[in-house]
Amino acid sequence: MTQQELAHPELAGIQVDEDSGDLSRSEVILKGALAAGAVYGTFMVGPFVRKALAMTDGGDVDILNFALTLEYLETKFYEEAKSRAGAKGELKSLIDLIAKDEKQHVEALTATIKQLGGKPVAEPKFDFPYSDTAGFLKLAQTFEDTGVSAYNGAGPAIKSKDVLAAAGSIVQVEARHAAAIRIQNGEEPSPDAFDPPLDEAQVLKAVEPFLA
Amino acid sequence: MAVKDSSVSRRQFMALTGGSAAAAAFLAACGSDDDSGSTAADTTMSEMGGGDSETAQFGKGDLGIVNYALTLEYLEAAFYADVVKSGLFKDAELKAIEKFGREEAEHVEALTQAAKALGGKPAPEPKTEFPLENAKAVVELAGTVENLGAAAYLGQAANIQSPEVLASALAIHSVEGRHAATLNGMLGLPITPDGAFAKPADAATVLESVEPFIVG
Repeated sequence: MTQQELAHPELAGIQVDEDSGDLSRSEVILKGALAAGAVYGTFMVGPFVRKALAMTDGGDVDILNFALTLEYLETKFYEEAKSRAGAKGELKSLIDLIAKDEKQHVEALTATIKQLGGKPVAEPKFDFPYSDTAGFLKLAQTFEDTGVSAYNGAGPAIKSKDVLAAAGSIVQVEARHAAAIRIQNGEEPSPDAFDPPLDEAQVLKAVEPFLA
Repeated sequence: MAVKDSSVSRRQFMALTGGSAAAAAFLAACGSDDDSGSTAADTTMSEMGGGDSETAQFGKGDLGIVNYALTLEYLEAAFYADVVKSGLFKDAELKAIEKFGREEAEHVEALTQAAKALGGKPAPEPKTEFPLENAKAVVELAGTVENLGAAAYLGQAANIQSPEVLASALAIHSVEGRHAATLNGMLGLPITPDGAFAKPADAATVLESVEPFIVG
């Protein structure tokens, strides 16, 4: 996937290549389910979502480590943006606010993984290709919308009710960030009545180009 | 809920959600303190679960939760429909209100389907009445309702048994969060009023808050 495709805000449009050897049939089904969800509402596509989720059964620690990777990406992205995005006024305050929230998500997820007896993943190195405020905002929208869909996709696979409640409390904040960033982009804060779920493979595919 | 009070919304909403033990514990744990990360997680994990027998009046288990959510969505959809009819808004503001209203109506439809799919009877549409005196008060009320709605879904997430119902509730929950942030922004309020971790509200708290708008 090229970076240009990734910058596209329509997450449902993320390419799932049917010929690719590393993708299972359920992921291909999920892509269709997402498109159907836009028309019929998410409940109707629930069974497809579950099928897609059934393939990842690594337990809560794996899901939390996956979330931690995304939160590391967002934290680094907004920290850098403080000096790179050329933001002023309202956007500058928004970047400061989001950076602070994402950092707290990293801390909370790290602590939770340890509490569950797991080993938190190391912070990856990132590379964010943008050169101006517009480029920053486009990437920010992709990351926030992807983050929302990643948590929504992982939710039903979380075993611990406490972990699920905590993930819910984080995803709502991601959704609030997403709305604020979309407004800065002149886009509708909620593109659809239902935020589509994405599975782990799709999310990884979306963020992989930014891993240095 | 003193909807006529012009300072309604964040302060009021904080007071509302602060009334729930789980929300209070979570608030105390997370706060807005930068250094509270690890403590937040420790407490978050143990305090946020738990049942909510209040939804049982709408049905057993997931059906009760779905019908509780359906009642709230009916209320939100009716609110936006009334606001559109009030003539208080036009142009871009009216378009945004219409869009939010359409999304709430889609939530009503999806939850109605969900109740049926669970083999139950969807909750009936409540008769509602909202104070729509002026544009500012209406946006403030919208902000209160959306923040409350988002907190209501968050409060139920861990109680849901069916993965399908949970997937649907999550897909709606984050949209309510988007609406709430948008309205908070319009009101000059923080887009994340609870800080990095959104607070849940239990059904008793939520129902008490919306009770003044249900007339039959």
